[in-house]
Amino acid sequence: MYSEKVMDHFMHPRNVGEIPDADGVGTVGNPVCGDLMTMYIKVKDDKLADVKFKTFGCGAAIATSSMTTELAIGKTLEEAMKITRADVAKNLGGLPPIKMHCSNLAADALHEAIKDYQKKKEAKK
Amino acid sequence: MDHGAGMPLDSRVFEAMKPYFMEDYGNPSSSHSFGNSAKEALAASREKVAQLVAAEKPQEVIFTSGGTESNNLAIKGVAYRNRAKGNHIITTAIEHISVINICKFLQKQGFEVTYVPVDKQGVVDIEKLKEAINDKTILISVMYANGEIGTIQPIREIGKLAQENNVIFHVDAVDAAGKVPINVKEEKIDLLSISSNDMYGPKGVGALYIKTGTKIQPIIQGGGQERGLRSGTENIPGIVGMGKAAELARKEMKSEGKRLTRLRDKLIKGVLDKIDYSFLNGHPTERLPGNANLRFSYIEGESLILGLDMYGVQVSSGSACTSKTLEPSHVLLAIGLAHEEAHGSLVFTMGKQNSEEDVDYVLEVLPDVVKRLRVLSPLTPKEILR
Repeated sequence: MYSEKVMDHFMHPRNVGEIPDADGVGTVGNPVCGDLMTMYIKVKDDKLADVKFKTFGCGAAIATSSMTTELAIGKTLEEAMKITRADVAKNLGGLPPIKMHCSNLAADALHEAIKDYQKKKEAKK
Repeated sequence: MDHGAGMPLDSRVFEAMKPYFMEDYGNPSSSHSFGNSAKEALAASREKVAQLVAAEKPQEVIFTSGGTESNNLAIKGVAYRNRAKGNHIITTAIEHISVINICKFLQKQGFEVTYVPVDKQGVVDIEKLKEAINDKTILISVMYANGEIGTIQPIREIGKLAQENNVIFHVDAVDAAGKVPINVKEEKIDLLSISSNDMYGPKGVGALYIKTGTKIQPIIQGGGQERGLRSGTENIPGIVGMGKAAELARKEMKSEGKRLTRLRDKLIKGVLDKIDYSFLNGHPTERLPGNANLRFSYIEGESLILGLDMYGVQVSSGSACTSKTLEPSHVLLAIGLAHEEAHGSLVFTMGKQNSEEDVDYVLEVLPDVVKRLRVLSPLTPKEILR
């Protein structure tokens, strides 16, 4: 059902955990629907110095979270905001059609985390 | 450990079927000797299936294409035949999807359906069922046992209730037949659906027990086979296979049931002991021998399935993420679980292929799979990860 890449990221997820002093945090999904993910980001010089995640959900939800962190780390905030769900799926060698929407929320969580960081930065000014 | 999803054919069943493909391929409706052999095979299989459910006469069993067709014939057959008498059907909230969808279909045609609730262990609320009966009630349809949560229903009590109220009683026994003893006479069952592939028989065959005197309307019109109730040339190899499967199930039920019950209880106890925040879904004792439905807080079922699959263990889940509709199992919701609880459920259905070593192996690997997913989950309270 899943590609080898999805299974690899499911079995060995990258960048799992929380960042206690994160600069931004984004959560999307809902446990009622079966998927909930939180992304934590650390920003340095307008770049994503570190990204970590925690996810409740199916194999696709976990693999897309892991892949999103890999794609995001090192990118500028502007570049990271351009990462789409389709990019994540493509880098995983594709996802089953039924999983494209419900479980492919990680890019959204990343964008929420960046927006959270920007909001906090605005508030400090 | 996913016998509920698919069972292999018993090799003895395969051997019994073999001659009916290339050698004895006669049509039981033919008058010549070639047809006779098929006719005899058909009669012998009918007898074996009748014996499995303790039917009085073999003629009370008719063959269909499987459990779904048997359910269709029973429920629609009663509904259409008794329309003048009434339009009310009573069933339960945890029936197999085929029964639920047949009822929904009939609702669109003007039938009224009451879906009686079940308690937390999945047992039908008899009082509510009693209250639901009115002078328009023509059918009560309750499953013998639920294949997902394993709970066995108080069929005898419901049968008595149906008889007292002069209502036809249909039982979907697809998940129970061959696994637990069924006695249609003592349990006052008028119609009983059985499938072959849920007892190590071939796919594409089933049967419907129809008690003598129970009037139903056929839903397939044609050449009048199966006493006019199920037209179409009989699937002789399949029927022979089902007959053999029924015979083997009847003979081996006691020992196999005892063995699987022991494995089931070892698995349940082991999981509940070893894994915190794990729970049993369904009834602790009134449950199918090989069925263990377990729930794990903070994690999701499909990832549990994948995690176990990596260790070579195959199971099912009631999670929405494993279904075509993306809805969690209606059975788990009916026993009062919240959506997020239903998502974290795993169904183990053990059968002939499983041994005690399999249970030991699951008990060895499952705690790690659960722990790994809990570490990933934002819902897991930190204190339980230590």
